[in-house]
Amino acid sequence: MSGPLASESGALPRRGEGDLALQVSDLSFAYGDTPVLEAVSLAIPAGEFAVLLGPNGAGKTTLFSLITRLHDRRRGEIRIGGFDVRRQAVQAHARIGVVFQQPTLDLDLSVAQNLAYHGALHGMAPRQARARAEAQLARVGLAEQRRTRVRQLSGGQRRRVEIARGLLHAPRLLLLDEPTVGLDIASRRDLVEHAHRLCREEGVAVLWATHLIDEVRPGDRVLVLHRGRLLADDRAEELIARLGVDTLGEAFDRLVAEGEAPCA
Amino acid sequence: MRLMPWLHCLRGVVGRELLRFLHQRSRFLAALVRPLVWLFVFAAGFRMALGVAMTEPYQTYILYEVYIVPGLVGMIQLFNGMQSSLSMVYDREMGSMRVLLVSPFPRWYLLLCKLLASTLVSVVQVYVFLAIAWWYGIQAPPLGYLWILPALLVTGFMVGSLGLLLSTFVRQLENFAGIMNFVIFPMFFLSSALYPLWRIREGSYLVYQIAALNPFTQAVEMIRFALYERVNLEAILISVVVTLVLLGLAILGYNPSRGMMARKGGGGD
Repeated sequence: MSGPLASESGALPRRGEGDLALQVSDLSFAYGDTPVLEAVSLAIPAGEFAVLLGPNGAGKTTLFSLITRLHDRRRGEIRIGGFDVRRQAVQAHARIGVVFQQPTLDLDLSVAQNLAYHGALHGMAPRQARARAEAQLARVGLAEQRRTRVRQLSGGQRRRVEIARGLLHAPRLLLLDEPTVGLDIASRRDLVEHAHRLCREEGVAVLWATHLIDEVRPGDRVLVLHRGRLLADDRAEELIARLGVDTLGEAFDRLVAEGEAPCA
Repeated sequence: MRLMPWLHCLRGVVGRELLRFLHQRSRFLAALVRPLVWLFVFAAGFRMALGVAMTEPYQTYILYEVYIVPGLVGMIQLFNGMQSSLSMVYDREMGSMRVLLVSPFPRWYLLLCKLLASTLVSVVQVYVFLAIAWWYGIQAPPLGYLWILPALLVTGFMVGSLGLLLSTFVRQLENFAGIMNFVIFPMFFLSSALYPLWRIREGSYLVYQIAALNPFTQAVEMIRFALYERVNLEAILISVVVTLVLLGLAILGYNPSRGMMARKGGGGD
């Protein structure tokens, strides 16, 4: 199951790369003379939960903007499900779901109206969009609130609506940019849990950007981004073991300190 | 590509804009009160000072109120166009522009949908205004109200594209007040909206020349003639060409690899 545009004719993904939900190769980007990302490469297979860990200003949002092609004056290559985001933009975009850092729902419209709008943006017929919206809302436990205005929902509920929206067109890859900002502890835990369940049950690849180390679960893949460079790409436990430290926090501090040390 | 998904996208964008418009009653009220104040207060006061002698497309000597109605129609669209571009700057800060732009449809198409949506909102406002003017006694030939529809669409796209183009230059909402002052007021006052061009020429030749070059003058004249079931070919041609140029530039401005998105990024880190 996927959005109506996912099947548009066009060149097929490169052979053997269709299993990779996201593939970023040697990506560099600068605002003017200020480099923001330097030679970032990563690949996320279907069904994997990857945490993009980095302090504020590390380049996480920029990476997401490049993946979603909000801007694209860059070097390097980005593929979604094997499709190049620049040359096969329709197919690539149809496979991405995004939850942005800032809330982006229309507060004065109902939950259902917000989702219907998103469905239309992906070329869905109203009936199809409605059916999928109901399924996704049930999944995030908000089926009852279909007709509620978004303004009346709590912060955690709004985030869940945004996740339902991001998944409406059945993407292969879900990008979440610091989705837990402003949420209480219980809502944060629910959200992290929900995202993991998506990976397990639906085979969606999740790239979860955060600066909060406690959102990493055992078994998660951790990508540490600092000052535009990828300092580590490993399972959380392996990273801890490799650096010979006790916690992920220490591992993170160590990596960042090494990353800041002057190059020999 | 199949056609239906494109139509669903268009329907979705237009539907959202109309829904939002319905929810923002104060915006609708403001859009209506502004021209009505001009009509009831300004024009009534100037009626004594400014009768308008017979001039195309009018068949007789007309009251000043009658003269300024097409100009006020243009004003409604001008404000609406700027307001919707202001909301795009707002949307960009708030991120809902991103929601639009991550749609798989090509960006030019998404922007066209957005422009059509805001134009349709302005058309609704215009017809409500004209209905009130009709009740007030300013009545054009009935068919004229149908004739102006294409003129309203062109004008809506013109000012909407201009707004879109401006929104690519403006980084934050605070800067937008300046744009309003430097764009809306000169465009409106330096046009044939309030006084006929020949009248302006009597006052100042320089102002006349500026007003004659102002594309908003052409849009207003296009609407004025259409309202009286006449065709002003020159005004239509200039309006359409200006609209296409502005539209092209606006779309270029939103190109991910060239325009403001590349220069300024989408905010965040």
